[in-house]
Order: sequence, then structure tokens, then C-alpha cells
Amino acid sequence: MTIEKLKEAARKILPEVDVVIGYRQGFDPLHATPYFMTKPEQVDQLIWNSLCVQNLCSYLPFLKGKVGVIVKGCDSRTIVQYMQEKLIVRENVKVIGVPCLRVISVKKVLAAINQQSVKEVTFEGENIVVKTPEGQKTIPLADVAPRKCVTCQLATPLQYDVLAGEGIQSNKPQDTFEETKEFEKLSLEERRAYWEKEFDRCIRCYACRNACPMCICQDKCIAESRDPHWTSQRANVTEKFMFHMIHGLHLAGRCISCEECERVCPMDIPVAKIKKKISMDLKELFGYEAGMNPDDTPPMYVFKVEEATIEEHEL
Amino acid sequence: MADTGFLPKEKLNTLLEALSKKLQVFVPVLEGDVVLFRRFASGVTLCLTRPANLPPKGILFPQSETLFNFNFKKDPEDLKKSSLELKENLDFVPTIIFGGRPCDAQGFRIYDRVYLETDTADPYYKGRREKTTIITLTCNAPSPGCFCTSVGRGPAESDGSDLMMTEMEKGYFFEPMTEKGEEILKDSLFEDGSAYKQQAQKAHEKVSALVKKPFATLEGTPEKLLSLFDNNQFWEGEAAKCISCGACTYLCPTCYCFNITDEEVGNTGERIRSWDACMFFHFTLEASSHNPRQNKHQRLKNRVGHKFSYYPKKYNGVIACCGCGRCIRYCPMSVDISGIVAHAQGA
Repeated sequence: MTIEKLKEAARKILPEVDVVIGYRQGFDPLHATPYFMTKPEQVDQLIWNSLCVQNLCSYLPFLKGKVGVIVKGCDSRTIVQYMQEKLIVRENVKVIGVPCLRVISVKKVLAAINQQSVKEVTFEGENIVVKTPEGQKTIPLADVAPRKCVTCQLATPLQYDVLAGEGIQSNKPQDTFEETKEFEKLSLEERRAYWEKEFDRCIRCYACRNACPMCICQDKCIAESRDPHWTSQRANVTEKFMFHMIHGLHLAGRCISCEECERVCPMDIPVAKIKKKISMDLKELFGYEAGMNPDDTPPMYVFKVEEATIEEHEL
Repeated sequence: MADTGFLPKEKLNTLLEALSKKLQVFVPVLEGDVVLFRRFASGVTLCLTRPANLPPKGILFPQSETLFNFNFKKDPEDLKKSSLELKENLDFVPTIIFGGRPCDAQGFRIYDRVYLETDTADPYYKGRREKTTIITLTCNAPSPGCFCTSVGRGPAESDGSDLMMTEMEKGYFFEPMTEKGEEILKDSLFEDGSAYKQQAQKAHEKVSALVKKPFATLEGTPEKLLSLFDNNQFWEGEAAKCISCGACTYLCPTCYCFNITDEEVGNTGERIRSWDACMFFHFTLEASSHNPRQNKHQRLKNRVGHKFSYYPKKYNGVIACCGCGRCIRYCPMSVDISGIVAHAQGA
């Protein structure tokens, strides 16, 4: 069982580090929550299943000392990107890798059960079984998987010091950015109308920013800064649009597609679509994917007179 | 006039149509998977099956509002001199907030003590509040994370509502709490509701019993939280997973903090008041660059402390949390304020 191996790894690592970050059951049976363990007896409450959705790596740049952390394949790109940007000292992080084929989207499960309160959650094979006051519903995990899991290539993390279980191969098709390409077929006016409608709901809570592992200037963000004064505190679509576009563009070549921004949005705005588009462009322009190789330098970090993959315009 | 009313389900839209001809009516609507309050208009589909993701607080306390416009006017005779013109923004429209939950209405009661029941009432909040009638729908099931009965409230608690409605099999039972509520009930669409009163009460009791009880009592909790004020270890532990975003505060029906900024272009500009959140670093950032709440655990401590200790200490023991559970339900990391209070009680 993966959970036993995780517990064993956490117990083993705990004496070497200040804290081990994993998951425990949250406020109801459908929610897991990040769990900061400092004592061996706390390890008993560690859990591992498809509810363990949060990217725990996001805490790392803000923690001092040595940290152990449970890392899924998708999250492991965060570690790689942090190494590239020197946001962590790799030796100070003990990565407990965990093989993972998919997590769930809590929002999708709630939509499937008509947003009722949840009494019990169990997993049967490739299904999640959710008990509510109205009865029991069995939902295929594939139907409630977040977008990132559909094309996940990293069933085994890229980086780990200990792996809880056997490394596994991804069984998913490659990402061909179909959704993005379809969206791009819409006219400029249609796309604009789409985003105006979506951003209208934004309450500027900045959950997307604060959950983003690569948004590292959180306390000095242009969203609130008076100097420089890029955005005002008006609650109109223009300001919200501006904030989200800046968030996206600051992630060009850095976004590791964990889609935490979209997962955490309390207003259900598909903000990861923007990042996805930028990731697609970066792949096309520079043949680059963020967070895959610690020795890479993000394309926006370097200036080259001639880019190998971009054809110059004739002047 | 009847003390209570009954409205068959099929007549609900007719009522809203009639009301919206006289004043602006906000109703909960489904947009994607999110329930929000929007202006009622023909063709709008109501969503009354669960509490809105965002409470209706923005209708009385907008996310951002222009307090006044200003204009520095140069004296053409002497350009060194200028006069200041101000244009206040105090026109408020009669409004109905329809279909919020009792906890949403109680949120405004928390605001009232701060913005109305003082020597210096806030003219903006007061202007809107006085012209607004609040019609709430009692809950027929608890939502994930909610715990209203533990903070001295309940799924049919009437404080803050002008008119309260309860869903019955074939319609809604209406009970007025204020004159504003009675005024609405005068509409000829309403039937006599007295036959349903008992049934509604039974339904309320049934739901109350289903609500989660994270703690038995709040007696002594304000003092206990104060005694933990300097216990950094406790607060660091509770706040470890918090990412210090503003989702909890902006979704909270009782959070009323704001920021004021001036937006100026040339000689003209406007003074804006917008929501602010004690979970943000800049909330307490001082001009000197000193920040008394530098770390996120200090900020989370403030949020819990304000609701469960400082506010009740100032306002006769009233807890500034209505237990709606939104901060728990929609927290990116599932931080649970009711759990923090329970831990504090046992610490």
C-alpha cells in the first residue's frame, strides 16, 4: 500500500527535517488538507488518495530550515522550476515522491452530486463513491479528473529522494492543446466577450496568485501596488482583466501547469486557460516546457540576438 | 392583514416580476457552477437550492465604490490659485435582496453595529441599508462546512431578515420580521399562511439538529483567544497551511474591512472605497514600511480573533461569525475556522 510506504518514509525523514508536509483528512470526507507534521505520532493521520489535490511544493520558498514534502508527478515540476530559479536549496528539501495516476477535481465531484454535503467517500477500482443525504453516487474517476490529469505524462515524479512505491508509466495521451486551439478559432470579439463574462465574477481575492507556486512576489504584487500603479482598486472588468493577464504573462516559461490557480478559484473562473495558452506559445516558439530539467534556463531569462526556433522577419 | 403568507411555487416569478417593476431586486442565479446575486430580469433562472457562493454583502457594501469625485479647478486669473470641487455619490436606489440565507442577513447585523449604531454612521452603508428589504430563505439542509448553530444562530434565525420564507412542498411560507417585510406581504399574490406555520417550525427544528457542532459552547472563548495572543507556536501551527489569500474574507458575510484609494488623472479624480482583507500583507503595512502583521499566522490570528474575541468584547458578546461555512468550503487549502476555535478552546 502506498500509504504505508508514505508513512514509513515520513517517519524516517522526520528526524532529519523540521517539518514534513503531507495530507490529512479535511473538514469533510471530500476534502483533503495540507498537513504539517513535526512529531512522529502525527504521521498516523497522514492520508493518500485521489483527494490529495493541493500542490504542497508551493510552501517551500516560504519555509526556513529543512523540509520534507510529499510530491506528485505534476507537483515535481515545481521542484525543478524552483531549482532553476534558485528559489529553494535542493539539499534542504527531502522529496518524498508518490506515484499518481490522477487526482479528482472537488468542483467536478460537487457538480456531479448537486453540491450536497458529503457523508462518506470511498474508492472502488476506478470509481469514487460519494454518499450524500440523498443517497449514494458512483462516479468514474476519469469523469471528475482535473484537466491536467487527462494528459499527464508524469505518473512518477521527476525529482524525489524517496519514492513511496514503484515508479509507474503514464497511461495518458500527450497534450496537444486541443482545447486551446479550439478556443483560438473563436473571433476576437467572441473571446473578449467570453473573458469579460468570466472575469466579471472575479472578487480579487488573489487565491489564484497565492496558490500559484511560481507567484513568488506575493507581498509586492502589482495588483495592490501604488508605485508602480498598474492597477487601481476599482472592481471593474478592465482591472480584473489586467491583473489576470499580468499573472499569466509573468508565468511565461515558468508556469508548470499544476493548475492550482483554477482549482482554488472560489468563483470558478477558468484562469488556467490563460496559462495554458501561454505554455502552448512557449512550446511553439522556444520548444520549451517549464519545470522539466533543473539545468534549463527559462527562455524569458535570457536574451539571444537570434533565437534558434524563431524565424526572423525580413527587414 | 395576515400575519403570515403563503405563495405557491408557480407564482414566485410573478411576485419577483411585480417587485422588480417598483425597485431593483437581487436574486441568486446560477452562472456556470457558481451561485451569485444578480439583478432580477425576465428570463433569469433562480437558484434557491443552495447558498450563494458569494453572499449578497456587495449589494450594501460594494466591492468597490466611488465615495466622491473631486476636481481641482484653476483660477484663470491667477493660476497659482485653485479651488476644490467635490461631488458626493449618495444616490441610493430602493432595493430588495431576495433569496439569501438567514446567515447572509445576519452578516448585515454585524455590519450595522459598526456602520450604523455609532455616533458616526457611515452615510454610504446607511443610505443603502435603509432603502433595502431583505427576504431570506431558511435552509432545508446544512451545506458543507456550515456550523451556524454553534455560533448562537441557526438555519431559520430571523435576526437581520425583514421577511423570511420557508420552502414547503407546493410553495413558500412567509413570515414578516419587520414593517418592511409586512409591506411586501401586502401584495395580493400572497395567500394566508397561518396553516403552514407549525409545519415550517418543525422543518426548522429538523434542520437545526443536522448542523455540524464543532464546539459545544463559546463561553470563555473570547478570553481564551486573548490569552493565546502571544502564543506564536499555536498560531503558526494553525496557519501553516494558510496561503494568506483573501478568499475567506471576501466570501464572508460579516467581514467589513475596506481600503480607501484616490485615483487621479490630471486635476480630477475619485476617492474609492474597496474591500480589503486582513489576510493580506499590505493590510497593516505602514508608511514607514514597518508591518505589525508581517507573518501570515499573525494575520490569521487577527481574523479568528476579530470574529470570536475582539468584536464580541466590544459588542455585548455578539460573535462576528454567522457560521455560514463559506470560508471553510471555498478555502484553497481547507483551513477550518471552526476547527481553529475548537483547538483554541482546548489549548
